[in-house]
Amino acid sequence: MSTTVNPAAADEAAADVPQSRPVSRGALVRRRFMRNRWALGGIIVIIVLYIVAFSYPLFSPYSYEFHDTTNTYDPPSLTHWFGTDNIGTDMFVACMRGLQKSLTIGLLVGVISTALSAVVGATAGFFGGITDRAMMWIVDLLLVLPSFLIISIASPIFKGSSWLILVVLLVLFQWMITARIVRGMTLTLKTREYVSAARFMGQSPWRTIFKHIVPNMSSLLIVDATINVGSAVLQESGLSYFGFGVQPPDVSLGTLIATGTGSALTFPWLFYAPAVLLVVALLSVAVVGDGLRDALDPTSSRARRREKKRKDKLA
Amino acid sequence: MSASEITLDESVLDGAGDGPVLEVADLDVSFPSEAGRVHAVRGLTYEVARGEVLGIVGESGSGKSVSSLAVMGLLPEQARISGSIRFQGQQLLGLSDVQLSKIRGRRISMVFQDPLSALTPVYTVGDQIAEALLIHGRGRLSKAAAANRSVELLDLVGIPNAAARVKAFPHEFSGGMRQRAVIAMAIANDPDLIIADEPTTALDVTVQAQVLEVLKTAKEVTGAGIVIITHDLGVVAGFSDRLLVMYAGRAVESGNVNEVYQQPRMPYTLGLLGSLPRLDAAEKLPLVPIHGQPPSLVDLPQGCPFAPRCPLAVDDCLTAEPELSEVDSTSGHRAACIRSAELAATEAEVEDSIDGVEASNAAAIEAAVEVFGAELVEEPKAALRPRAERPVVLEVDSLVKHFAVTKGVVLKRKVGTVHAVDGVSFEVREQETLGLVGESGCGKTTTLMQILGLERPAGGSISVLGRDVSTLDGKARKAIRRDMQVVFQDPLASLDPRMPIGDVIAEPMQVHGFDATHIRKRIPELLDLVGLRAEHADRYPAEFSGGQRQRIGIARALALEPKLLVLDEPVSALDVSIQAGVINLLDKLKAELGLSYLFVAHDLSVVRHIADRVAVMYLGKIVEIGAVDAVFGEPKHPYTQALLSAIPIPDPVKERQRERIILSGDLPSPANPPSGCRFRTRCFLHATLSDSDKRKCVEVEPPRESQGDDHEVACHFARAKQVV
Ligand code: SF4
Ligand code: SF4
Repeated sequence: MSTTVNPAAADEAAADVPQSRPVSRGALVRRRFMRNRWALGGIIVIIVLYIVAFSYPLFSPYSYEFHDTTNTYDPPSLTHWFGTDNIGTDMFVACMRGLQKSLTIGLLVGVISTALSAVVGATAGFFGGITDRAMMWIVDLLLVLPSFLIISIASPIFKGSSWLILVVLLVLFQWMITARIVRGMTLTLKTREYVSAARFMGQSPWRTIFKHIVPNMSSLLIVDATINVGSAVLQESGLSYFGFGVQPPDVSLGTLIATGTGSALTFPWLFYAPAVLLVVALLSVAVVGDGLRDALDPTSSRARRREKKRKDKLA
Repeated sequence: MSASEITLDESVLDGAGDGPVLEVADLDVSFPSEAGRVHAVRGLTYEVARGEVLGIVGESGSGKSVSSLAVMGLLPEQARISGSIRFQGQQLLGLSDVQLSKIRGRRISMVFQDPLSALTPVYTVGDQIAEALLIHGRGRLSKAAAANRSVELLDLVGIPNAAARVKAFPHEFSGGMRQRAVIAMAIANDPDLIIADEPTTALDVTVQAQVLEVLKTAKEVTGAGIVIITHDLGVVAGFSDRLLVMYAGRAVESGNVNEVYQQPRMPYTLGLLGSLPRLDAAEKLPLVPIHGQPPSLVDLPQGCPFAPRCPLAVDDCLTAEPELSEVDSTSGHRAACIRSAELAATEAEVEDSIDGVEASNAAAIEAAVEVFGAELVEEPKAALRPRAERPVVLEVDSLVKHFAVTKGVVLKRKVGTVHAVDGVSFEVREQETLGLVGESGCGKTTTLMQILGLERPAGGSISVLGRDVSTLDGKARKAIRRDMQVVFQDPLASLDPRMPIGDVIAEPMQVHGFDATHIRKRIPELLDLVGLRAEHADRYPAEFSGGQRQRIGIARALALEPKLLVLDEPVSALDVSIQAGVINLLDKLKAELGLSYLFVAHDLSVVRHIADRVAVMYLGKIVEIGAVDAVFGEPKHPYTQALLSAIPIPDPVKERQRERIILSGDLPSPANPPSGCRFRTRCFLHATLSDSDKRKCVEVEPPRESQGDDHEVACHFARAKQVV
């Protein structure tokens, strides 16, 4: 029980208090998010990574397609900041090129697949009946289909199309489990009194879902999105073998790491340069997710102005 | 438990002597918490003699449960305990768990609030009682003897057909039966001390009366001392001999029950007494709200812990915490207040006559009203037209709701029907409060949900503001929702934890298409109306106390300026001192805004205070309905009489004289209700009837018949009986 509200004063009507403008949830969440320095730092890191990833290749003396065949396997130096690989590609520019792809794919997949699972899961759980059964049938179907098999069968159709198709495919095979979890949570949330309260005041089902159900699962959804960003980046390199999206000579962080793994002990920069970049990017995403979760969760004390004394509920 | 601070004295282990069974002296308990040490119990001293009942009363957080857990040695490891707890002369503090467990369960036993937690679901009730006997019997008892004894015990606590019931599992018992089984276990080894922690809190009133009766039997059979811990001053009034009132971890008043109830000498006790709605008061009394909340036990301010909420507080109160000192040297009545003499003076001055309440008790109530300055909300009676002329806002006519009971997973077979609501009719007129009462399972919640759902009922009809709900289309239904709003029981569950309360209150207005400027203007108005402040709008529900949350719920319900408010047990989740404030608010709002209430509750005292008319439900039917004074003053249906007689009155003298009608058995299953009169299986009147009359009860369902002005009863042999 928090005790910051002065109860004695609150119990009496306080008509003489100047009427302040009530702050809506959106504004309040923004304010609470801004107070979290770590989360702000995370956002800045992501933005900086983006800017560097897109601008550096424009000004760089090298390109990821240029191979300096005289300088293969160069360790990091002033000319090649991250060294070079077996055919003399500048690792820094390659990493930046990879970062462009990976970050975009990761963020898009993370956000879209989580949103998809939230909508499908909450709809199925909330409406129940035939909607529920139809949706869960699709979910189960997708879960039992071996995704990589489908992709390899379908790959000739998509040959040469944009890497965006990759995002679609990654989303398609990532959202189902979360959707099931979301459905389960919706079933419990649906019986809460505030949901009945919304129904009894005439709130439409869809608005109830987005106003009451989804926000109350936000912690789960944010953690899920954060994890999805990471796994999308790594899966993408796996899918590259099937001839999707990022194809050599083009690179992504995933493919760079995949090829660098073999030489992690002999030429460590080939592995560590993209790996560290990936870790930094994912950490920032996680920190932002954490901040968002705290901002949305009223019981989290981290987002409050000051640490509030909490009294243990005893007796 | 840390033993370092305790000086173990070489005490005698001679068992029962003439001295008190339990002596607690200077008990201090504290726990570490994130915010600092929580001082849950501070300097508590009390004793219990053999055969004596000590009531410990306090609100949540007062340390009442922690102190008894300390006696049982059941506190968590991190707790720091000092002082002394002597059981029959033996120091308990510092004993190892092994040593304690020899005493626990055999010589001291405990009855908890939740009987389910005390019973293991996978063993039969009989086995568990036998187990308790065998553990402490140390081989002196054979298995067969233990089994026989458990049947006896179950019989003793009033479980019908005990010989068969010993083989039942805990989940097959109803809540009241479980609690009785737990009491049977508690008395199995003939203990010297029974500690009962809120033993009746989760139970219905009639069951509560049964359980209290069983505890009384237990006391007589074992001769044990009993410590009963409760937040309800009514429960302990008739049962305990002495009373200890706790506040912020300390005893603030103690003494003989009669004296504490009749001459409270500490403003907190006085306030608690004044905050209880009285079932026995024929005139409407103002309820005393105690403002604010109990202090945090982490860093208590200097001085009297009650000072921030005390209307009598003076500067001296803040200098030092008042000691628990004698107010009357002869009787051992003690209070921790520096101004208890002034309280006595106020009490002597006030006139002490309240219709229906004993004079000895009335003085204390009037003093509370005087000291706390409570006022009765005057209803504009003159402006009100006679009831018959006022329009009907809600009409329910022979409402029926049946649930199918199905079996099987794949092929659902219908195996029966639950008659949750079976022909319920009532009406609520403008500016009137109808109280709908009954025990859990009587169908009152189902009735409510049917009304709120605005769907076409399975049978009968519902009309809201003159419109039959079965004729409504989507749009009209939404329009009606504007005029009918709801307040739920649990204020925390009914507010979205992730929404600041400004948004919570704005939601109904957004749904009904009010523009943003109007909503912005309305939020501070509404907060003000329910006694909160405008700047609270950007806080989350978790930051408020229970009473404040309920106010937020009320503000949300009022946002659309409805005509009818449906209140589902709006105060039963609140502490007593807070409850009074919310009831007063509801009273005030009704008078100011001309609202009508449908007030569903199980607490009849609250209903008597707030309602104009009352309907009593039993097993899906209304058995008695009418004006509050008629139904409470002259109840004619046996069930109403039993219900009313089961409600404890916070007046020890009267409580001891009252004849209590104890209903036998439990509510029959609504899937298979008794033929004829549904109450006949538990009706005490039925049992006394001649055979031909009995047959009438069994064969003919009693219709609801008028028994005087605005008073209808569904019983063939309705007769008035004074029970309050
Ligand atoms: S000591 Fe003072 S503040 Fe405390 S209860 Fe008595 S009058 Fe009130
Ligand atoms: S009708 Fe018969 S069984 Fe029913 S309440 Fe009246 S006396 Fe009791």
